[in-house]
Amino acid sequence: MSDRPSYDEQLQQRLREAFPEYPLSTFRGQLRMVAPAAELMSTMRRLKEEFGFDMLVDVTCVDYLHYRGAKDRFGLVYLLADTENNRRLTVRVYLNEPELTVPSMYPLWKAADWLEREVWDMFGIRFAGHPDHRRILLPEEFTAHPLRKDYPLQGRGERHNFPVLTRPES
Amino acid sequence: MPVTQAPFQTRNLAHDEAQEYVWTLNFGPQHPATHTTLRLVLKLDGERVLDAMPDIGYLHSGFEKLGEHLDYNQYVTVTDRMNYISPMANNVAWHLAVEKLLGLEITPRCKYVRMLVAELARISDHLLCCGAMGLDLGAFTVFLYAFYQRERIYDIFETLCGARFTNSYTRVGGVMHDITPQVVQKVREFVRTFPRTLADIERLLHRNRIFIDRTRGVGVLSKEDAINFGCSGPVARASGVTRDLRKDEPYLAYEELDFQVPCASEGDCLARYLVRIEEMKESLKLVDQIVENIPPGPVNLDMDQRVIIPGKDQVYQSIEGLITHFELIMWNRGLEVPCEECYHAIESPNGELGFYLVGDGTPRAYRARCRPPSFIHFALFPHLICGHTLSDVVAVLGSLNIIAAELDR
Repeated sequence: MSDRPSYDEQLQQRLREAFPEYPLSTFRGQLRMVAPAAELMSTMRRLKEEFGFDMLVDVTCVDYLHYRGAKDRFGLVYLLADTENNRRLTVRVYLNEPELTVPSMYPLWKAADWLEREVWDMFGIRFAGHPDHRRILLPEEFTAHPLRKDYPLQGRGERHNFPVLTRPES
Repeated sequence: MPVTQAPFQTRNLAHDEAQEYVWTLNFGPQHPATHTTLRLVLKLDGERVLDAMPDIGYLHSGFEKLGEHLDYNQYVTVTDRMNYISPMANNVAWHLAVEKLLGLEITPRCKYVRMLVAELARISDHLLCCGAMGLDLGAFTVFLYAFYQRERIYDIFETLCGARFTNSYTRVGGVMHDITPQVVQKVREFVRTFPRTLADIERLLHRNRIFIDRTRGVGVLSKEDAINFGCSGPVARASGVTRDLRKDEPYLAYEELDFQVPCASEGDCLARYLVRIEEMKESLKLVDQIVENIPPGPVNLDMDQRVIIPGKDQVYQSIEGLITHFELIMWNRGLEVPCEECYHAIESPNGELGFYLVGDGTPRAYRARCRPPSFIHFALFPHLICGHTLSDVVAVLGSLNIIAAELDR
């Protein structure tokens, strides 16, 4: 539980100098940065090549539809890690309908392949340039994106409308 | 939802159609060697695998959606069902993430108890992985030896919390039950006798020509690829990535303990197997140190902090206990959660298991994202298997230790 001292001031200072207009914040020892969607690719490339964040730990998304005080609909979350110096950084991108497309991080990290497919599957955010842009967990004919907040917990009848094959038909 | 039967799309269909001799083989979803429900579509040239397309989602049960509707204590039962081979590690991961979001510091005794169950879970997970890998490669006896020892770890867990398989042991700010002398005695017994089984397994496999031939040089993963694909845990360490969150980002009280992190540089199936065997030895050392040094004092946080559900004796016999229980259980009361987001990861047996939590002031998470190691590692599979033979599929699958319930969530 300890707030780790590895998120040193030095990295914060370098990030401030490199990206002066991006908001930087810390919560429980975690460094977070907000990047605009238009400059995501160049930002991530610099983070990988100049700052040494060589591992993409996770890509996920939060739907802020019912979140108190939220201005944007979706918040993409990229968790980066530097395996050499053992530091972490969270990069967030805010998106609003109808512009739900960001560049795919596949050229930088291959880990993005399935993680971005899952975000597309669950939230309906498109990743431009993804080599295999299909659903991953749900069937291809599923129409909704179930982790969005406007999708009910019980579903919309998908479980009751499965095609049933009877014995003579099969 | 329209009821069309969409065909399974392959990535480079046009390329494959040109080669008429290429065979398509459907592997799974129900197949003994996949262990759980996952499907592979393999493109074969004779016995050589040209391409593999994993098709997952058969066990998708919406755990992350459920996490937005269950409170922080209820959701621990769902984490049991993610990696059901080592549920204790998932419980610890979930509640460490919740406590990080809440900003709680748990008691020293609780840290040791959680480390104890997490390390036992690691041994049990690696036992299954090594045993099942032996089973798939024709060494049946190892599986039986491994499962006998898993049974004894189940016994320890049963003595500790009453459940064998889905433990749901941790709570926000503490654990379900404190550790008892019987548990300590059983753990000591386990520490004393387990090395013999480990030695048996080593004698059965380490010089077994069939096992070595089928794993050495199969499914090689380079260090660069391991980092680029986001691998963690034994899979990454077998490729030379010296990263272990217990050392690198010490959580709980791992700083106080003496242990080493086994690594290998070959990156093949044999290296992953050997790393797991060595990790079991280190975990056993850890279990021994933990169980002999459990600090005295309370295991749960104080009731006044209003995070831990008080015991029934306090609820029935004191007004503070009753009020605290009421405040925590009522659906519109509960924990005071900041409107913030945080990520916390632990070194689970399979790799980095993390939870990304978004709190919105209510006792239920606004978003409970699980970063499952199996999902990341299974994405590697086509990369590892291409060019090898069909019989190597089970070796690679076994060495990655894919748990489909965690893969699909």
